[in-house]
Amino acid sequence: MHTVEVEDYTIADKPYYAPQSQEVELFESAYRNRIPVLLKGPTGCGKTRFMEFMAWRLQLPLVTVSCHDDLTASDLVGRYLIVGGETSWVDGPLAHAVRVGGICYLDEIVEARKDTTVVIHPLADDRRVLPVEKTGELLRAGPEFNLTISYNPGYQSVLKDLKQSTRQRFVALSFDYPQKALEREIIVHESSVDDVTAEALVRFAAMTRNLRGSGLEEGASTRLLVHAAKMIVAGIAPVDACNASITQTLTDDPEMTASIHEMATSLF
Amino acid sequence: MPNAIEALTAAQVEERLDELLGAVLSSRRTATEPAKTMSALTRPEQDFALHWAGVIAKSNSEMAYQFVDRVAQAFELMDSSGVEGWIIAAMDTYDRNGLYPGSAAFRDVENFAAGLSQGHFAATFENHVGVLEKYVKGVSGRALALKADEQAWTDTETLYLPETTCSFDSVQMNFQLLKSMTAYLWAQTRFGTFRIDRKTGVPIICAEIAKHADAQRALEIFGAVEEVRVMARMKRELPGLVRQMNEWTAPSRSNPEFELFDEVVAPLAHPQSDVQDSLAAVAEIIRRKANCPEASLFRGTVDLERVRVAARGRVEKEKQLFQSMLATMAENLGKPAAEDSDPAETAASIDVHAETGDLDDWSLELTIDGEPVEPPSELMEAASSIVQDFGAMPDEYLVPAGPGDYRSGDEAAESSGDAEESPRDGLHYDEWDYRRNHYRKNWCVLRETEMHPGDVRVVEEVLEKYAHLIAGIRKTFEVLRGDDRLQRRQKQGDDIDIEALVENYVDSRQGMEMSDRLFTKSRRVDRDLAVVFMVDVSGSTKGWINVAERESLVLLCEALETLDDRYAIYGFSGMTRKRCELYRVKRFDEPYGRRVKERIAGLRPQDYTRMGVTIRHLSKLLLEVEAKTKVLITLSDGKPDDYDGYRGEYGIEDTRQALLEAKHAGIHPFCITIDTQAHDYLPRMYGHVNYAMVNDVRKLPLSVSSIYRRLTA
Repeated sequence: MHTVEVEDYTIADKPYYAPQSQEVELFESAYRNRIPVLLKGPTGCGKTRFMEFMAWRLQLPLVTVSCHDDLTASDLVGRYLIVGGETSWVDGPLAHAVRVGGICYLDEIVEARKDTTVVIHPLADDRRVLPVEKTGELLRAGPEFNLTISYNPGYQSVLKDLKQSTRQRFVALSFDYPQKALEREIIVHESSVDDVTAEALVRFAAMTRNLRGSGLEEGASTRLLVHAAKMIVAGIAPVDACNASITQTLTDDPEMTASIHEMATSLF
Repeated sequence: MPNAIEALTAAQVEERLDELLGAVLSSRRTATEPAKTMSALTRPEQDFALHWAGVIAKSNSEMAYQFVDRVAQAFELMDSSGVEGWIIAAMDTYDRNGLYPGSAAFRDVENFAAGLSQGHFAATFENHVGVLEKYVKGVSGRALALKADEQAWTDTETLYLPETTCSFDSVQMNFQLLKSMTAYLWAQTRFGTFRIDRKTGVPIICAEIAKHADAQRALEIFGAVEEVRVMARMKRELPGLVRQMNEWTAPSRSNPEFELFDEVVAPLAHPQSDVQDSLAAVAEIIRRKANCPEASLFRGTVDLERVRVAARGRVEKEKQLFQSMLATMAENLGKPAAEDSDPAETAASIDVHAETGDLDDWSLELTIDGEPVEPPSELMEAASSIVQDFGAMPDEYLVPAGPGDYRSGDEAAESSGDAEESPRDGLHYDEWDYRRNHYRKNWCVLRETEMHPGDVRVVEEVLEKYAHLIAGIRKTFEVLRGDDRLQRRQKQGDDIDIEALVENYVDSRQGMEMSDRLFTKSRRVDRDLAVVFMVDVSGSTKGWINVAERESLVLLCEALETLDDRYAIYGFSGMTRKRCELYRVKRFDEPYGRRVKERIAGLRPQDYTRMGVTIRHLSKLLLEVEAKTKVLITLSDGKPDDYDGYRGEYGIEDTRQALLEAKHAGIHPFCITIDTQAHDYLPRMYGHVNYAMVNDVRKLPLSVSSIYRRLTA
């Protein structure tokens, strides 16, 4: 059987992650109790980094799937391929994680269609099984398997929400932009920029977050601030770095771009 | 080379003017003088003037007179685009503020021309308010209102800015100055220039300035002193901005004339200084007779009286609002009430940390029954305003007061702050005036209400009447539903295409090359549609039409429930531009249940038919829904028609403009009508292919369903 090497997905070096509250303990507890986990929060606030950290801490391989609306059940469970005139079954990331143990992280699960998402239901309750109809197998998850999904509840979409029948199988951890002091620390750590600039960047982010709902879909995420900081360290002028990393990334609307630009020039 | 077409003589001009302006001419005021000045213009200029005189006269003859009185002078001062700008500006003033200001705008042609020559470089309020509003919201976290006025000032709720800022010869510099004015006004509200005395409820400066013998001079000194303090605070938050503003600060630091001033105000740069310190400095400066620098370019004025009035109104309101919010929270989150429990037992003990000086470094800690609770954002907003006013949270506010003391619904209406009497919770929309070729701003007021419910049996009767047809309708719609389509011979897919594989295997055994198209893919064809039905319930739909419309809706809903399309239904009518009504029958996210059926049953003929504003509003609604395809379908019995002149070409043109706006936004408009004259005007409004005419009203119910099916297949 053709499979992916587990070693490729195990994380060797400790990733940097600054906890916001109890999320590390909660995740560990859910893992040991064999309960799947739901991460919710806006983009760029640390969910994926958190998963890397937990995978490292628990010494488990981490398989990440970025969900989209063309994702089919086969993409998750597996399919037959033709190799040298013979058919050959290849596990999808979900089946593979169940088989060998590890964390399967489905990122932005609401982007996938509902008929795809239901595939995870038998894994997400106490049965913890994954039926693979095409091979006639019933895979049982061992104690070292964990299913984690994530989504951004801030997008008010009629189409894209998580049904109760799915949600209520999970332990939910809420992520948000870090508190100011913590966010500053993170920026400094990730980019080696000085404290004063990091402080100004945090203020800048707060201003953009104030505009959420007044024409901006989302304020600047911590990730964008790190981008800007890295560019500043590399020698780019702060206002230009903000413009490229943050302003133009957030919006295309000319009026909004102008307003955010004025905020940047006011701060730096 | 002389003009091929000769200019009109004064007599000819006067004859035309008499025709146009007869209403406002008399023996004492004739068209002779204006005609004389106009006879000096070139023929094209005269034609231009007479054409516009006609257009203006349709709105108001007096305005037209004022126009012709000055138009010759206008042409001396400006070119034709400048003259046109003058006309538009005056008519806008007329629209907004009435006849006298409008006439004055026409008479004031010299000022307008002067402003125009500078206009190239000026930063106008109108051009930049969008950016500034967002800037203020971002920087402050509060949505402060911005309005235009003669000078820059604030009453702590609204920031008033000059209409035109023209101190430099580049737009960019003028905009930066305008932005600085805005920021400085905001900073005054933020850093406590208008801090309120807790005992009197009046801003401290109002009382203190009045104590001085020369209050006017004291106010001027206060302005200079406070500028030092506020700028010092601003510098810590917005260093980039302050660096720029310092270029426009009146000279002081290096100027020996102001040495004493600098000495007195030096302590104000301390981060903890507040307005009391500034007032103390004012007293000191007066006592020592020090000189004060002039106002910096970005500093506006302070109007003590209006500040006092605004503060007084706000303080009481916010206290009540805050306390009732606390009470409601305590009630909702408190212990589950026993039969006869006393609501007062749900005790809420609340802690607040006062501001320490940073932009938002204060916090509100809320505990209810000893449990920490996250304060909701409305409470934080109300608290933020209070803390800004008082510098701290007054203790007496922290007691929940009964929610019955305060109706929070009124608060939103009261604080709208519109000079014009604005009808309670109405939305303003522009209207297109085809004669003047531009929009009348905020011309219409639209109110959305729910359709009053009727008797649901009416709907049941309709279902009975058409029972034998409904099954058929449902079947035809089922065909349209999204389905799975299997694609064979794909390069990749979910399953193996056995047929293709077998063929290819045979081929390869024969020595031919094997294809890689050996898989099947299942593609789901999704219907991703959102539709709004705009139903004309004007008085003209009385009788058969009203019945037919109701029946159509019932059948339509039955059919739509079969599909997965998201749909909403609104009735529209109204009388005059200030009373446009929208009746909610079904919202997008509402299920088709008893309530909706009752509202359909309750559809009654109302008043008139002002379509433009309705289309604009419903377009806005549609844009908020996520769907690949958005459709706006109008069910109407005739032309747009309203009491105050919204009819004929004007009504048709405005409706057409609204539909074009909708199309630009990606919405597909469609019209279903029973008006047999529809061919005269519907093509112009909706386009040749976007309407359907049903020539027998009794056929409407069935036609609507099949038209919808064709439209969305």
